Amino acid sequence: MMQIKRTIKYEADRVRGFSKEIMNVSGCEQLQSCIQCGTCSGTCPLSIYMDFSPRQVMALVRADFKNEVLTSKTVWLCASCYACTVECPRKIRITDIMYALKQRAIKEGIYPRRFAIPILAKEFSEMVRREGRITETLLVMRLFLKANWRAALGSWRLGLGLIRTGRFVLWQERIERRAELTAMLDAANRGNVQPKEAP
Amino acid sequence: MKYSYFPGCSLKGLGRAYEESLLPVMKHLGVELVELEDWNCCGATAYMSVDEAKAGVLAARNLAIAEKTGPQDLLTPCSACYLVLNKTKHNIADFPEIKDTVHHALGVANLTYTGATNVRHPLDVLVHDVGLDVIKEKVVRPLKGLKVAPYYGCQLVRPYATFDDAWNPTTMDRLLATLGAEVVHYPLKTKCCGGSLTGTVPEAGLRLTYILLKEAVRRGADVIATICPLCQFNLDAYHDQIDRHWGPTRIATVYFTQLMGLAFGLSPKQLGLKRNFVPMKELPAQSATV
Amino acid sequence: MNTNGTNGNNGNNGDIRIGFYICHCGHNIAALVDCPAVAQYADKLPGVVVSRDYKYMCSDPGQELIQQDIREHKLNRVVVASCSPLLHEHTFRDAVAAGGLNPFFFQMVNIREHDSWVHTDPAEATAKAKSLAHAAIRRVRFHKALEMTRVPIHPDVLVVGGGITGIHAAITLANAGKKVFLVEREPSIGGHMAKFDKTFPTLDCAACILTPKMSAVRSHPNITLWTYSEVVKVEGYVGNYVVTVKRKPRYVNEELCVGCQECIKACIFKEPKFPDEFNVGLSKRKPVYIPFPQAVPQVVVIDPERCIQVKTGKCKKTCLEACADRQAIDFTQKEQRVEIKVGNIIMATGFKLFDAKRIPQYGYGLYPNVVTSLELERLVTSSGPTGGEIILRDGRHPKSVGFILCVGSRDMKTNRWCSRTCCMHSMKLAQLVREHTHADVTVFYLDIRAPGKGCEEFYDKSLKEGIQFVRGRVAEVTDWALAREEEGKLVIRVEDTLAGFVRRIPVDMIVLAVGMEPQADAQEVRRMFNMSCGTEGWFLEKHPKLAPVSTFTDGVFIAGCCQGPKDIPDSIAQAGAAAAEALALIDKGYIEQEPNTAFIVEEDCSGCKSCVPLCPFTAITFDATKQKAQINAALCKGCGTCVAACPSGSIKQNLFDDEEIFSEIEGVLAHA
Repeated sequence: MMQIKRTIKYEADRVRGFSKEIMNVSGCEQLQSCIQCGTCSGTCPLSIYMDFSPRQVMALVRADFKNEVLTSKTVWLCASCYACTVECPRKIRITDIMYALKQRAIKEGIYPRRFAIPILAKEFSEMVRREGRITETLLVMRLFLKANWRAALGSWRLGLGLIRTGRFVLWQERIERRAELTAMLDAANRGNVQPKEAP
Repeated sequence: MKYSYFPGCSLKGLGRAYEESLLPVMKHLGVELVELEDWNCCGATAYMSVDEAKAGVLAARNLAIAEKTGPQDLLTPCSACYLVLNKTKHNIADFPEIKDTVHHALGVANLTYTGATNVRHPLDVLVHDVGLDVIKEKVVRPLKGLKVAPYYGCQLVRPYATFDDAWNPTTMDRLLATLGAEVVHYPLKTKCCGGSLTGTVPEAGLRLTYILLKEAVRRGADVIATICPLCQFNLDAYHDQIDRHWGPTRIATVYFTQLMGLAFGLSPKQLGLKRNFVPMKELPAQSATV
Repeated sequence: MNTNGTNGNNGNNGDIRIGFYICHCGHNIAALVDCPAVAQYADKLPGVVVSRDYKYMCSDPGQELIQQDIREHKLNRVVVASCSPLLHEHTFRDAVAAGGLNPFFFQMVNIREHDSWVHTDPAEATAKAKSLAHAAIRRVRFHKALEMTRVPIHPDVLVVGGGITGIHAAITLANAGKKVFLVEREPSIGGHMAKFDKTFPTLDCAACILTPKMSAVRSHPNITLWTYSEVVKVEGYVGNYVVTVKRKPRYVNEELCVGCQECIKACIFKEPKFPDEFNVGLSKRKPVYIPFPQAVPQVVVIDPERCIQVKTGKCKKTCLEACADRQAIDFTQKEQRVEIKVGNIIMATGFKLFDAKRIPQYGYGLYPNVVTSLELERLVTSSGPTGGEIILRDGRHPKSVGFILCVGSRDMKTNRWCSRTCCMHSMKLAQLVREHTHADVTVFYLDIRAPGKGCEEFYDKSLKEGIQFVRGRVAEVTDWALAREEEGKLVIRVEDTLAGFVRRIPVDMIVLAVGMEPQADAQEVRRMFNMSCGTEGWFLEKHPKLAPVSTFTDGVFIAGCCQGPKDIPDSIAQAGAAAAEALALIDKGYIEQEPNTAFIVEEDCSGCKSCVPLCPFTAITFDATKQKAQINAALCKGCGTCVAACPSGSIKQNLFDDEEIFSEIEGVLAHA
C-alpha cells in the first residue's frame, strides 16, 4: 500500500516569540530584512546535505517554527565557512544565527541521540573548561567512545598514519592557571542553563 | 620585528608541522616570536556552538594576556583562532552586552581588555610587514618548476577580509611567485574543506575535501599550499577514504611556511615535511636533501 | 535686487486692531482643543478687537468672515489658529488681501499638526493652543507691510543631456516656440537608447523611433544643438541664468562636414585599433570616427588622445587630402567657451551602468563569455559589431544562455535600490536570444517586476516561448566541472527556491543584468547647478509624488534617469512634464517670490565677509567697491543662516526680525 503523509502547518505549530529570541542575539536583528533570495543556500557547500536549506531555516526562524528548525540537521551541518554571511545582499549574519540555533538546541537538549556534532561540541567545551587547551587525538577518542565506537575501529588506518608521522599526541595539553579560567567561565553566566543530556 | 605568538591547540597536536616550519622561517627572517604566556584554547567553532558568552570570555582571556605583554601584534597561524580572536574583538566593540560580560569575567582574573592588540596572520605579516623584497633576497633554492595551487580556505578571508580580498585573495599567490614557484590558477582557493565535518559527517565533509583535491590535480598542480592546520589535515590524511568513495586524487598538501623554508635552503626534516601522510614530490631539477 | 520691509502701519504709532480666529477644522482640532475657550482667552489679550471660533475657517464663509471683520471693525492685523501654514497660509493671506489689508499683516498658528494631532490630553492641548495663540497675537503687531517680489523670466531654455529625455524636452519646448539650447557631451545625441536593438514591451526598433526625433532636433529652427560640449559654469537665478558652455574641438568644421566618411577610409591607421565606445568595447575604431551611422550631427570627430597629428603634429594627414574639396578638417580648432542666457534649465543627464567587476563571484572580466546586458544588446543589433549574430568569444553560437538578474541592484553591499528596468530588459533580451539562436535560455531572478502597460503580457510571452525561469539569486559562476555535461562550460550554482533544491546549471554564455547608477560626476554636476542629490546619488526632486521633475532650485528641472531609474515611456513622460513646468514659468513671464528674504543694513555692515561662504544658495556676494556684502533676494530662500551668523547683526530677515521673534517667545512664556 502506498505510504502517504499529511503535512500541514497550523498556527499552533508556531512557537510565538522564538524569532524574537533568536533575533535578540547580538547582531542577528537583520534577519528581519531577509527577502528569501537563496544566495546563502546557493553558495553554501553543505546545503545539498541539509534537510532544510539555510534560506528555509531563515524563513522558519522568522515564522516562529522552532521545533522544525531545532530538529533539523541543518544547524549541525554548518561548517562556519561564512560564505553565506559574506554574500548575503541584506547583510544578515547567517552563520551567527546558526550558532545561536546550535546553542539553543544544546541548551534544550534537542538533537538526535549519539549525533556526533553536538557531542563533539560538548566534549570540546568540557575539555577546554577542565584543561584550558585541547589535545585533538584525545578529544576524538572521547568522541568515538560516546558517539560511535565502531567508527573508531574503522579509523585504524588513520590512527596508524598519525602515529607514523608523529602527529598522534597522547599527553593532555593544559594551561597553568586552570582555576582562573574556570572562575572566569563561571562568571560569564548570562542566565545560561547547563546543557542537558540528549533524551 | 617582534610579535606575540599564539600557536593554538592544533599547532601543538595534529598541526605541529606548521609550527615546526613557521618558527625557523621567522627566525631566518629575523622576526622574533614570543609564545603567549599561558595561552588557552580560543574555542574555535565548537565552543561557540555551546555558549556565546563563555566563548567570548575564552577568547578574550588571550587578548587580555597579550595586551599585558606589550604593544606588539599577536601572530595567529591557525585560521580558526585567527577568526575567533578577531571576531571576539569585533563583538566586544559592537555589542555592549558582550562587552559587559567579558569585562566582568576578565575582572575575576584581574585582567583588562582595551582592544589594543591586533590579531594578525603570518601570511599577512610576512608579505606586508617583512615584505616580498626581503623574502626574495633570502631565496637560495627557487622553487622553479614546482606548480603550486594556493589554497586559503574560508576562515582566513571570511568574514573579515582585512588584508586581502574575500573572493579572490592573492597574498599567498604573490608570495609563492616570489619563491620562484609556478602558481596554478585555482578557482576553489577559498572554498571550504569541510572543517570538522570530515570526521563527524564524512559523506558530506570528505566530499568537499575530495572536490578540492580533484580540481588541484586537474589543474596540473604538484602540491597544494595551505595556511590552516585543519585544512592541511583534511587534505592530507583522508586519501584512503576518498580514494575508496570517489576516486584517486593523490596530491601532497604542505604549509606555505614549509615551501618558504625549502626555498630558503632549510632542510625538509627541519621543516616537518616528514609529517605528511602524502609526501611531497622532490623539487624538480633539485637533488633531494634530508 | 535687495528688498527690505517698508514701514507701513507698524503699530508703534496708531492703534493695533487684531482679529483672532480659531478653526475647529471639523473634529480635527475641536475634538481635543476647546476652541470657544481659546477664543474667549484671546479676546482678553491687548490689541484683540474681534475673537471668533468657527468650524471651517478655510471655507468660503470662513474667509468671508475675515474680510467682513476687516471692513467693519477696521482690523489692521489678523491671526488664524488652524492647520499648517504649508496648507493654508496662502489661502488666508489671499483672504486678508481681498479684505483690503496687506497680506503680510497676517500670522498663522498651527494648532492641528502641532497640537491636536499630536497630543492626547484635552486640558494640555487647550493650554498649548492658548499659549501659541498668545505668541502669535504678540508677534503680529510687529509685522510690516511687504510685497511679493517679481522676477522676470528669460524665455530661452537650456536642456543638458541629449538622450531620449533631453531630446523630447527640447522638441516640446521648441514646438511651443521657445528657443532651446541642447548641450550633449558625447559627439552625437541619442544617449543609451541609440544603442538598443528592440525596446520592450512592444519590441519595436529603438533606432526607428529614435532617429526621427534626432532628426527633428537637428532640423528644428528653434533648437541650437551643441554636441561634444559640456556646461562648465552656471550663474544667476530662476529666469536669469548665465551659463558657460565648453565646446570641445572635434578638429572638424561642423558647418562643412557632410558625413561622407572618406577621411575615415583614408586615415593612416589602416585597421581600427582603439576600443569603440558606442559598441561598449566590442569592436574597434580609428582615431577619426563617427560614433554610429545615424549620428546627429552627421559629422566626423577626431579623438585628441589617439590622433597622431593632434598628439605629435607629425602625420601625413591623409584625412585632409581626402577632404580636399570641402576642407572640413581643421587641426587648428581650439576649445571654445560660450556664454548663454537662459531662464530655465532642464537636466536630462541620464545614468551609467553598474560595473560588474565589483561582483567577482559572477566572473565578469575573468571568463570571456560573461557579458553585460548592454554588451548583449550590441551583439543582438543588426548594426552592431557582429551584424546581429550572437556569438561567443571564440566564434561559436551559444547553445545555452543564462541571465542573472539584480547584478548591482537590491544589494546592500553594492546598490540598495531596484533598477526597475532590468527585469523587462532581460526578458526582452531573452526573447531576442531565443529568436536569433534557439538556444536554451534560463532567467535567474529574485522577483519579476513587470508593472507597466503590456509588461505582464510580455512576461507571459516569455514563458510561452519556452524561456525557463528559476527563482534564486545566483551564488556563483565557475568554470570547474563536477559532472560530465559541465566540462568546458560556465557553471551557475543557485538554489532553485521554488522547486526547493540547489542546482548546478552549465551554460555557454552568461548575461548579467547590471543595474543603473547615477553618473560618475553627479555630485559635481549637482553642485554646479545648485541642486541636491538624494542619499543614493540621484538628483533630488522637490517632492517624490507631487513635484517629481522640480528641484529645490527654482528654474532647474530634472527629467529621466538622472532623477532615478526608469524606462523609456516614463522618461518621456518626465521630459514632457519638465518642459511643461518650464513653459508655465516662461508663459507667465515672471515668478513671484515670498519676501521672507534676508537683507543687509548697509550702514552696519563691516565688510567682514563671514556671511558670504555660509549661504547654501550662493545668494551673497561681496561688492568690492563698496566693501559691503550684498544679498540677491531672488536666490535667497530665507534660511536665516547669515542672519544668525553676522557678527555685527547687520543682516535682518523679513518676517523674522528680532522684535517679531522675541515677542513670540514672550507670548509663549506669558501663558506658561
